Amino acid sequence: MSEIIYEVENISFRYPGYERDVLNGASISLHKGEILCILGPNGAGKTTLLSCMAGLLKPFAGTIRLCGRDLTGMSEKETARLVGFVPQMHVPSFDYRVIDFVLMGRAPHTGLFSRPTAAEEQQCMEVLENMGLAHIAEKSYLDISGGERQQLLIARAIIQSPEAILFDEPTAHLDYGNQHRTLSRIKQMASEGYSVVITTHNPDHALLLGDQAAIVSEDGTVTQGATSDILTEEILSEVYGMDIRIRYIEELGRTACLVPGL
Amino acid sequence: MQSTHLSSGGNGHKGRLVIPALFVVLLALILACLCIGKYQISPGECLKILAGKLTGAQPKWDGMDENMLMGVRLPRVMASVIVGAALALSGAVYQGIFKNPLVSPDFLGVSGGACVGAAIAILLSFSSVMVQITAFAGGLAAVAVTMLIPKLLRSESGIMLVLAGIIVGGAMSSILGFIKYIADPETQLAAITYWQLGSFAYVDNKSVLSILPLSIAAAAVLIGMSWWINILSLGDQEAKSLGARVDLLRSVCIICSTLLTAGAVCISGTIGWVGLVIPHFGRMLAGSDNRTLLPASMIIGSIFMLFVDTLTRMAGPAEMPVSILTGLIGAPFFAWLLYRQRRILN
Repeated sequence: MSEIIYEVENISFRYPGYERDVLNGASISLHKGEILCILGPNGAGKTTLLSCMAGLLKPFAGTIRLCGRDLTGMSEKETARLVGFVPQMHVPSFDYRVIDFVLMGRAPHTGLFSRPTAAEEQQCMEVLENMGLAHIAEKSYLDISGGERQQLLIARAIIQSPEAILFDEPTAHLDYGNQHRTLSRIKQMASEGYSVVITTHNPDHALLLGDQAAIVSEDGTVTQGATSDILTEEILSEVYGMDIRIRYIEELGRTACLVPGL
Repeated sequence: MQSTHLSSGGNGHKGRLVIPALFVVLLALILACLCIGKYQISPGECLKILAGKLTGAQPKWDGMDENMLMGVRLPRVMASVIVGAALALSGAVYQGIFKNPLVSPDFLGVSGGACVGAAIAILLSFSSVMVQITAFAGGLAAVAVTMLIPKLLRSESGIMLVLAGIIVGGAMSSILGFIKYIADPETQLAAITYWQLGSFAYVDNKSVLSILPLSIAAAAVLIGMSWWINILSLGDQEAKSLGARVDLLRSVCIICSTLLTAGAVCISGTIGWVGLVIPHFGRMLAGSDNRTLLPASMIIGSIFMLFVDTLTRMAGPAEMPVSILTGLIGAPFFAWLLYRQRRILN
């Protein structure tokens, strides 16, 4: 077994002013180079779980260890050096150039009164080149497509050079082609050694990415296991309250998740 | 580390040329504004006196010119430069940290508090130095109350701070209304109203020098943190996920901006529009990256303030308050800038 990156043990979380625990004794583990897909019905707490893992929310019970260290004892900067967070959507504020936006990923490595160096800017250019985005580097990030902006969020997480990258529904706002391009990028990143957690509404995406899957139930508990053990017809039909089929498709050489009809 | 790539150098291609160009314009304008007025001084004479004063040379110039330049024009020009730069810089910082391009430096209550402070001092017939001190203190106190409200309500979000600013601003304007209501309409009310409209007519070397060190220190901190203001402009969550201590950074920015604005207001009275409009103009010229936007905004703010103040000196027989002109120029200018920037506002 490879090195363990995340150990989430029995965390519980409740938003202030609410009666219900969104997470109730949730546990998760993630090893180096693994991809974990988190599924669950709307409002079950997928994003909450991810936010807790990124240190953006503090669970009131349980522990989260990141690379062997307790997350509660780590500063924002220390956390950000180990984990990158790719939000579902980025609402642009000002008219930044693409390169300057991606460069912001260097923040956890930059002092309070300093700024990124020319070498770091060069590094950003290389990441953009690798992603096939060098041609937009000088453009305003208001003038690019939603798919490209999603790619920039990923580029920014890469330039952050963390151990783990958490994606909150990375395919939610993308067209069919860009969804699958993003998934294949994520798979490639895992093969390069990043440990990846993504939340998704599409079980088929979890089947495509393989590795590990977890389901957040409405009661705030989490079931994790190998994708083939978790994404069964019984469990998925139960979670989404409808008939769901998993079939091996000879022609494609993979299993797919489908609904029989409406 | 020298790189020939177009985007290298850390500043972005736009700002590298814009800032020196703006600086040259500012220097030329300073010289022009030192010379022109109802009493004219020739540019050569002006430079000779300034150089002579710096080197301590024997005076070989007209004494009238020297008194006019050193005693009247220079403090006034310096005050315009400092106040314009301070207001534009704090405006740009506030717009960045609150992720809102429609915010101005006084929206956390600093101007309202300064007005109340100055009005109380005028009401009690204090000296003009005391008016400055109470205005400064009033501005700081108002912002302190604004920052305390989210802490009391246990909600540290940026939105809560904006709402707290509205609460404090509203309270300050009521208190000011009450002071004006009980003030002597012949003398005190006029003085308060005039103070609220802003003017550089009464600045002297002493008042300029009294705010200079603090203003330079606060501006240096903000310029030093300019790249982090980019990070804060992404919003609390994203900034935090990039390792920013959002509350700490935002507090430092607010404290420095407040010191700058309070310092400016206490020597010139409240001056509207500069802090709101100039950063937009800066973004158009130098781009949105705060590393170049902040210095560019400062220089443009100085240029604008100098221009407007010189207009008020020249316009009529009596000097017009500065805010009248900044509003008359600023409002339509802002409308035009918003039209240019409609992309981001949509």
